[in-house]
Amino acid sequence: MKVAITTCVMGVAVLAAGTEPKTKLPNSRADLANGEKLFQVQCARCHGPKGIGGRGPALTRAKLLHAPDDGALIKVLEDGIRGSEMPGAGAMSEREVRQTAAYVRSLGKVAIKPVPGDAAHGAEIYRGKGCAGCHGVHAEGGIEGPDLAGIGDGRSAAYLRESIVDPSASVPEGYLLVTVVPKEGERVTGVRVNEDSFSIQVRDRTGRTLTFWKAEVQQIEKQRGKSGMPSYRGQLSEAELTDLVAYLASLKEEK
Amino acid sequence: MKRWACLFVPAALLAQVNVPFDRIRDADKEPHNWLTYSRDYSGQRYSPLDQVNTSNVSKLRIAWMRQVDETDTFETSPLVVDGTLYVTEPPNLVEALDAVTGRPLWTWQKELPKDLRLCCGKVNRGLAILGNTVYYATTDAHLVALDARTGTMRWDVTMADYKNGYSSTGAPLAVKDKIITGMAGGEFGVRGFIDGYDAKTGKRLWRFNTIPAKGEPGNESWAGESWKTGSATTWVTGVYDAETNTVYWGTGNPGPDWNGDVRQGDNLYSDCLIALDPDTGAKKWHFQYTPHDMNDWDSTQTPILADGMVSGQSRKMVVLANRNGFYYALDRVTGKFIAGRPYVKQTWATGLDEAGRPMRVTDAQPTVEGKLIWPSLGGGSNWYSSTFSPKTGLYYVNVKEEAGIYHKGEAEYRAGAFFNGGGQSEYKGEEPYGAVRALDVGTGELRWEFKLHRPSHAGLMTTAGGLVFGSNLSTFFALDAKSGGLLWRFETGGNIDANPVSYMHAGKQYVAIPAGHALLVFGLD
Repeated sequence: MKVAITTCVMGVAVLAAGTEPKTKLPNSRADLANGEKLFQVQCARCHGPKGIGGRGPALTRAKLLHAPDDGALIKVLEDGIRGSEMPGAGAMSEREVRQTAAYVRSLGKVAIKPVPGDAAHGAEIYRGKGCAGCHGVHAEGGIEGPDLAGIGDGRSAAYLRESIVDPSASVPEGYLLVTVVPKEGERVTGVRVNEDSFSIQVRDRTGRTLTFWKAEVQQIEKQRGKSGMPSYRGQLSEAELTDLVAYLASLKEEK
Repeated sequence: MKRWACLFVPAALLAQVNVPFDRIRDADKEPHNWLTYSRDYSGQRYSPLDQVNTSNVSKLRIAWMRQVDETDTFETSPLVVDGTLYVTEPPNLVEALDAVTGRPLWTWQKELPKDLRLCCGKVNRGLAILGNTVYYATTDAHLVALDARTGTMRWDVTMADYKNGYSSTGAPLAVKDKIITGMAGGEFGVRGFIDGYDAKTGKRLWRFNTIPAKGEPGNESWAGESWKTGSATTWVTGVYDAETNTVYWGTGNPGPDWNGDVRQGDNLYSDCLIALDPDTGAKKWHFQYTPHDMNDWDSTQTPILADGMVSGQSRKMVVLANRNGFYYALDRVTGKFIAGRPYVKQTWATGLDEAGRPMRVTDAQPTVEGKLIWPSLGGGSNWYSSTFSPKTGLYYVNVKEEAGIYHKGEAEYRAGAFFNGGGQSEYKGEEPYGAVRALDVGTGELRWEFKLHRPSHAGLMTTAGGLVFGSNLSTFFALDAKSGGLLWRFETGGNIDANPVSYMHAGKQYVAIPAGHALLVFGLD
């Protein structure tokens, strides 16, 4: 009688609250092999093959921000992380979740390659190129683009590099660019803040949030796969790009 | 067991509560009331009230609200008897509310175990009333009878052991002197059933097992011992045809949901409509919508009894828009297929054959890597109400246009644990959307649609005022039943996962819908 996977996963949480066995992850070769297979199907799209990171953070580290222990890791796999793009894995059985968790833990035993580049110089480039006009780090900077506090926890260096030279390659959720053409008045382009059957809310480049009744709108153009951010390809030297990525990768909340 | 004292009871009103079977059977004689889950036995969820109509619905305003403390989804469909609403509230409450002010008259609370086995929260969809008793099926699989005047418990019987994954979430159905009820637990490898209880004593008089035992016809549709954990639950309320003395009740997905390898065969009577004799629980006929389902397409939604013209002939039909993406009209006397067609995008079957059996696309089934199939596991529609208006002759359904990527996984049974055998991951290639669609009742042909930004998970109701009430996300709205034009909307501020009802008291018509964690009731000034 499932209505949606997410609610099903909530049920797992209810069950887990009753009797909580001490978490011990399986560690046989067969378990890890199956965990890797499941990881490739369920996780690699965001976390990259072998967990090197991508749209989602690299998992090749001993400590994971949302999974300090194995019990928490299982919970993250089952329920996802609220407020993030990480979904729960409703398609896996309890054993499969544990096998996947065991594989994720094995990734943390591999030595982490440090991100190359001069982060301090990257910070200067960040300021000099006007990134803060659109992006904030905590309270400083603009709001047109995503806040970058902790971006080094959430995205891999390769993903950050790609976002600078080709922003439209992967537009983050919540940043759909739309143009609203009202029946009367001027067209507005900006980020879609919210939308339902009857109205749409848009934040324009000046930071104003505007609301439109759909009955009063002639057209809504949705620019899927297009980022509001200009490409910096050719505007930074290879060394500058490396340093800027090093700076962004250093923006971590993780203690 | 914790019980709360009555706050205030207008004794003159409540003392008169008496809803014998013939009042429910003849519900059209008292259009101001809502005496059973779908108002009357037909399942049409059509209100004959017309004070609120196409010309004045734009002036509909909130009359009162009732807040719920709990965070589980609020899915109740209130009963209304002569100025009193009877509602269930998550996680375990039954209440009588004054229909004009919303003030509670009594509250009863069921003590629940802490280790319930539930797929989808401590939800409940409503009550049955018979005589002066209301009946409540609980998430720990009990059936409870309460005095409708005071909320005092009369009896409490165990339907099945919740520790093995059994629960109950639907409103029972009162027929003659019996209370008929279904059960839930389709993700736990249970064995489904429909029960008939003596309304006075709570004694179980019959049980129809939705999976035949060894030696019974239909058991051969399950490989090996797979029938023992085959689910086929019955978690939404059925309907009743007094003319033929037949109860119609839908059944859910076979278990495990997404891995069909371990249960080869058609898996009877999963995803079926069952026609039963309410006196004995004996099966008259069955019709299976999705043989050997591998997509969790329960067929438990309330079917609708409707009469209409098909190919120039008047037909007595039982119809529904199934979760599998097809609309079906069956002859409700014989169970034979009359007509059917897709009402949303579907990619798993090339169509229905002459008997109404789907012709499957061979590779449209879950794989370990994931297979993209329309519709999603939520279905083209789901448990919530469709509606039929005898005034327009149209069938209305809140549809989901959405795909899913279906994964097959391990299927190892352990009593009381999830038994899914896979699941669904989100398909991001196309944005899903919804619509209210009006279909020709005899053929399923589209007459009009009102598009919705996202799929809904909430029911529809038609009224004699020419309206279709429905919901999308957190907006409650009214459409013109003839044209689909939007006439009124209200932003409730909370997700709507429930069915509307309407009633009249002291000369004023009300429309009620649970939204977020509140019951909202609207009326004209």
